[in-house]
Amino acid sequence: MPRAMINVPQSVPRGTVFEIKTLVSHPMETGFRPDESGRLRPRDIIHTFVCTYNGEEVFRAELFPALAANPFLSFTAVATESGALAFHWTDDHGATHTETARITVT
Amino acid sequence: MRRLALALALMALPAAADDRRSGFDYMGPDTQAMQRDDTANPGMLWVRDGEALWTRAEDGRSCADCHGAVDGMRGVAARYPVFDDAPLSLEQRINRCRTKHQGAAPLAYETQELLALTAVVAHQSRGLPAAPDPDPRLDAVRAEGERLFRQRQGQLDLACSQCHDENAGKRLAGNPIPQAHPTGYPLYRLEWQGMGSLQRRLRNCQGAVRAEPYAYGSAELVALEAYLMARARGMPLETPAVRP
Repeated sequence: MPRAMINVPQSVPRGTVFEIKTLVSHPMETGFRPDESGRLRPRDIIHTFVCTYNGEEVFRAELFPALAANPFLSFTAVATESGALAFHWTDDHGATHTETARITVT
Repeated sequence: MRRLALALALMALPAAADDRRSGFDYMGPDTQAMQRDDTANPGMLWVRDGEALWTRAEDGRSCADCHGAVDGMRGVAARYPVFDDAPLSLEQRINRCRTKHQGAAPLAYETQELLALTAVVAHQSRGLPAAPDPDPRLDAVRAEGERLFRQRQGQLDLACSQCHDENAGKRLAGNPIPQAHPTGYPLYRLEWQGMGSLQRRLRNCQGAVRAEPYAYGSAELVALEAYLMARARGMPLETPAVRP
């Protein structure tokens, strides 16, 4: 079960750009590293990250094996209205971890 | 004896004359910012895991059932290692609690669970000065730790002190050599892409000088921990620190 941490400002004036920071725990196993017996460890990375703002997709990232473990992503959005930000990380097992955060637009 | 007197004099120096520096001070501003911001510091993932483990019952009893809320552990990690019937590191104390009071199996070193529990306990002391246990039975342990610190070892025939005392602040293959103050453990090391204990760090250095690392939980590593924490007396704890 991955663990994620989200940092968004609690309230933002309407129309301004605000920063969203996300950190998720994940081994991001590249698929190129051998284990103790010499066999390659199977690739296990988060390949897709999506952020939605009141249901509308505002940010999407494709991740690749070169990314370090526990990926940290920071991006910006424009404050339009109060509501929910949802964050989805999908890994090679097909599992999707979702977190939400609320934002108040003043 | 002279060495001991020198060490004592060093500890008694007022803060103004303190030229001890945490490894934090040698890092670039980006890595420092990463450590300062709890939502960017990956070590906090282990702290959060530790908070969950703190209240998880093992054989019907959780850490919280005896100790209460985890913030009651404030100041505890600043004292470690301590002396029980033998010198005990924080990891060993957690495992002793598990076997003695929880009827659970001890956790292996460097497992996510043990790192998470150590991290959450040590995190409660963040900002507090390192305050080594004054138990006189630890004096001999610290003296042994100091002896090991100055003991040449490995194919490169290097002692810890040759880098971390005599050449601290200079560079080793482009990387600054810190003064070996273990104030941030367990910490998140970018090179490890994960959390690691002080013992992992010590074993890592032993490997680097081509010495056979002491076993996890061995008396040697605990003695080194005790000596290093005594050197860092009064320096603020940083757990979970971030290092490059």
